[in-house]
Amino acid sequence: MIHTNHAPRPIRHHLDEATLLAYSAGTLPEAFNLIVATHLSLCDRCRADAQAYDAVGGALLDAETSDVSKECLERTLALLDVPAPESVKTTAVGTLPAPLQDYVGGDLDSIRWRPIGMGVKQAILPTSKGATARLLFIPAGAAMPDHSHHGTELTLVLKGAFQDEDGYFARGDIEIADSDVQHIPVADIHEDCICLAVTDAPLRFTGLMPRIFQKFLRI
Amino acid sequence: MNEKNEKTPQQVWVNEMVRVRDARDKAAFAALFSHFAPRIKGYLIKSGADATTAEECAQDVMTTLWRKADQFDPARASVATWIFTIARNRRIDMLRRDRRPEPEDLPWGPEPEPEQSEVLELQQESARLVKAIGALPKNQRKLIEQAYFGEMTQSEIADITGLPLGTIKSRLRLALDRLRHSMK
Repeated sequence: MIHTNHAPRPIRHHLDEATLLAYSAGTLPEAFNLIVATHLSLCDRCRADAQAYDAVGGALLDAETSDVSKECLERTLALLDVPAPESVKTTAVGTLPAPLQDYVGGDLDSIRWRPIGMGVKQAILPTSKGATARLLFIPAGAAMPDHSHHGTELTLVLKGAFQDEDGYFARGDIEIADSDVQHIPVADIHEDCICLAVTDAPLRFTGLMPRIFQKFLRI
Repeated sequence: MNEKNEKTPQQVWVNEMVRVRDARDKAAFAALFSHFAPRIKGYLIKSGADATTAEECAQDVMTTLWRKADQFDPARASVATWIFTIARNRRIDMLRRDRRPEPEDLPWGPEPEPEQSEVLELQQESARLVKAIGALPKNQRKLIEQAYFGEMTQSEIADITGLPLGTIKSRLRLALDRLRHSMK
């Protein structure tokens, strides 16, 4: 069986340690959890790193104890004979990894795109307030509007590729841009590009027009 | 502790866990419970739960350990690490704020019978990690604990300690570098 979710080309752009640690600790906003889980589904190296951060959590668990009541063990033992629900294995077939298919409700053809101009489309995914997750569609060879941002922006390529000042990003690659970066991602000419982009603050567009759009389109 | 013929605590817990998994052994479960339930409770209290909620959650976590015992893979995680991930997920459910999706399952899944040498190596590494964390300078260790146990993001830690976010990040990096170095 061929697993399309494993990129044929090695992933070159990975998650940073602060994000991996926070994912392991469970302190990230939902949108960031989603992009980390999606990247880990594609990247064995970061998956192994994430396990190492879990191991740090396990080692720390030993440090802190608080006495439990005498009845607690009895109560727990009484719960054990209730049969467990069957666990379902989640391995996605298609372009979008399983965690993302969960949010979209299927693969690429289930995404509900909204045009935002110049052939670029987006679909905002439902996540908790602290941060925003959206899918972006950039036509082959087209540019995303020039933008910089207040907070951190992570962009994960799911299909096609894009190029900007930081390099070339293909399926599985993740770009980490903080507030200093002002970049113009341009999709590779050979294929339309689909990315998952996550921000913890609204984007700022540097041209006048997009800034007006921003209010209405939540980009 | 790490002498050739002596078992690390990590290996002892693996053996208890294997008895729970394969023989559904309640005595082994009780042994795991008396060691780990107070630690789960302590973790949850440190993360902001009150004592009653923390104890109920510790009970849930231990029940999950029993029910999902077949998913425990001693070549991939120590018992403490596996319990930490269950407790973390329980804590996130409890807060009902930010869902935390898991990566998709690896196509090959956990090995039914992992190589004993792999298990030994992973469990010994886990023992070394516990030691290495114990040997960290106090302020670095505290920072790592806050990052994991405090219900706080790095910028919230920055607000509380009054240290700039950049300083928190670089101190945390320093602590992790030191850990990596002592694991070589």
